[in-house]
Amino acid sequence: MRFRRAIWLPAAVLVLWHLGFLCAGFLAPYAPAEQDRDLPYTPPSHFEFRGPQGFHFRPYACEADAAAAGNQQSSCYPVHFLVHGWQYSFAGLRSDLHLFGVPAPRRISILGTDAYGRDMLSRLLFGGRISLAIGLLATLVSLVVAMLIGTLAGYHGKWTDELLTGGAELFLVVPWLYFLLALRAMLPLHLSASATFLLVVGVIGSLGWARPMRLIRGVVLSARERNFVLAARGFGAPDVYLLRRHIAPMTGGVLLTQAALLIPQFVAAEAALSFFGLGVSEPVPSWGNMLAVLQQYSVLVSYWWMLTPAIALVVTSVTYCWLAERLQRWLKSSSI
Amino acid sequence: MKAYLARRLARAVLLLFAVSLLCFLLTRLAPGSFFDDIRLNPQISPQTIATLQARYGLNQSLPLRYAHWLGSVARGDFGFSIAYNTPVSRLMWAPAEHTLLLGGVTMLLCWLISVPLAVWSARYERSLFDRGVSALTSLFISVPEIVLAVGLLAFAVRSHALPVGGMTSVGFDELPAWGKASDIARHMLAPVAILVLVGTPVIVRHLRSSVLEVLHAPFVEAARGCGIGGARLLFRHVLPAAANPAISLFGLSLAALLSGSLLVEVVTGWPGLGPLILDATLARDLDVVVAAAMLAAAMMIVGNFAADLLLLAADPRIRTGSPDAV
Repeated sequence: MRFRRAIWLPAAVLVLWHLGFLCAGFLAPYAPAEQDRDLPYTPPSHFEFRGPQGFHFRPYACEADAAAAGNQQSSCYPVHFLVHGWQYSFAGLRSDLHLFGVPAPRRISILGTDAYGRDMLSRLLFGGRISLAIGLLATLVSLVVAMLIGTLAGYHGKWTDELLTGGAELFLVVPWLYFLLALRAMLPLHLSASATFLLVVGVIGSLGWARPMRLIRGVVLSARERNFVLAARGFGAPDVYLLRRHIAPMTGGVLLTQAALLIPQFVAAEAALSFFGLGVSEPVPSWGNMLAVLQQYSVLVSYWWMLTPAIALVVTSVTYCWLAERLQRWLKSSSI
Repeated sequence: MKAYLARRLARAVLLLFAVSLLCFLLTRLAPGSFFDDIRLNPQISPQTIATLQARYGLNQSLPLRYAHWLGSVARGDFGFSIAYNTPVSRLMWAPAEHTLLLGGVTMLLCWLISVPLAVWSARYERSLFDRGVSALTSLFISVPEIVLAVGLLAFAVRSHALPVGGMTSVGFDELPAWGKASDIARHMLAPVAILVLVGTPVIVRHLRSSVLEVLHAPFVEAARGCGIGGARLLFRHVLPAAANPAISLFGLSLAALLSGSLLVEVVTGWPGLGPLILDATLARDLDVVVAAAMLAAAMMIVGNFAADLLLLAADPRIRTGSPDAV
């Protein structure tokens, strides 16, 4: 009961946020790699609800400098909803339905375009899909590893514990960014898009397990000595049963909290890696490689809409931290 | 106590050795090598590449190469950079100094800002000040470092308030001594500001909660009853009792002196270890990457060890092995 009340709000926001990126194909007006070399760095278009015939409900997209030029009729065009456009596939279904669009020769760019005239909103949505997927999968990898090793160390104890905690310490003493770079340095630089995706997931996921492993080990260590576990053992319950039925459920809270903490960290790690040119590479978008153009100061000065991936990163991070804080509070109140 | 220290020291040395082995193995088992790009060039014969590889000892067996590498570490060379054709240590000296300068200033500012902030916000719990500090702390803890870096850089570049890129202005050599110092200081503003924004919230949050815990302890009530109050109570009696988590954090920030600023250095163009390591990674100059990772790990171990020593000195409960030690 308490769980639901404290946690539903950030969880619901996060589900909506992820759902939005999952439906990138439907929400994005253009394909993420579709270029229009005539329109580099177009500023975001704005919307008008007043035309020559007065107010209307259909929004008209206007090019940013239209108002200054004073020829509104020619540079404003109606936005249509649920239009047919480029083909995309979603969960095995092929579709060409999009939430909105404008008549063909015109282009709508709600968040502007980048150096190649690619629509920033579309890239942000598809890039978010990749960045978030990397964060989620890497978290899954490192939590599974942490769960296995932590349970083994905490339950078996003795030399296994010594060895495994020593190993975890090895991963904790090297700063994660250094480790990330060292690990990335040993792997090939130029790979296909899907191979890079898996590589980044693997590299990030295999580095983050040490901290959750320590926490899980602690929980298992104390759970092993609880009276009901001792009683079950006294009745002759085998180890596997004890682990599955009694000890694993007690790690649930720690796992959830750690997941909420790790996901934004790993999304940011992907961003850093791709920002350095070591992660997901063009033309596949990710928030990190979209930010990489900001290494040129001229872009940073002139085109503020190139900063939108940073805002998306902040939203992701802040919401997950909110969830983690709520989870931590719930864990503390329920464990006493 | 001597036995305790000796045990910690032995563990630290063992750990460092294990890190070196891990880094070395990871990089040497890699499929690629420095000569991959050359191999694509049809004008360079396989014999030439073989000769080059032999010269740098890339064709020897792994244990032999590890022994060679350990030897060069013992000589203080830390391996050989193929890209720059020089021992790694010579390559890392100047950038390490720059990074240390940046890290030192950052660390000083972080602690000068966060200790009073944490103590006062705990003292005036639930006040407007405390709520403000907590809100800002939560915000800055959750914003990723890369976003902070890019955001502040955008602000600096657009407002022309702070110089960005590099460490010195164009006419640096002609400046007088004082001018040189102030020039470096102005270039340092942007990276230091980012790093302080990243580092301070963590310290404030931990220190605030531990001070809060101590403020509710009976001995504080007793001290108040004896007429001790105000700053004397806070900084003379409460802070030392609440210092343990802060000391551990101090060890961590000591450890991060060389390694904590990698991303910010790359983003702001500070000529420290960060850009060096990134370039080495992109060029597959593996000895540089390994040496940097080793250096960072060594700093981390030293920082943790220093924190242990400080804890030992600061907390009698740990010295006597009392069970209620935190």
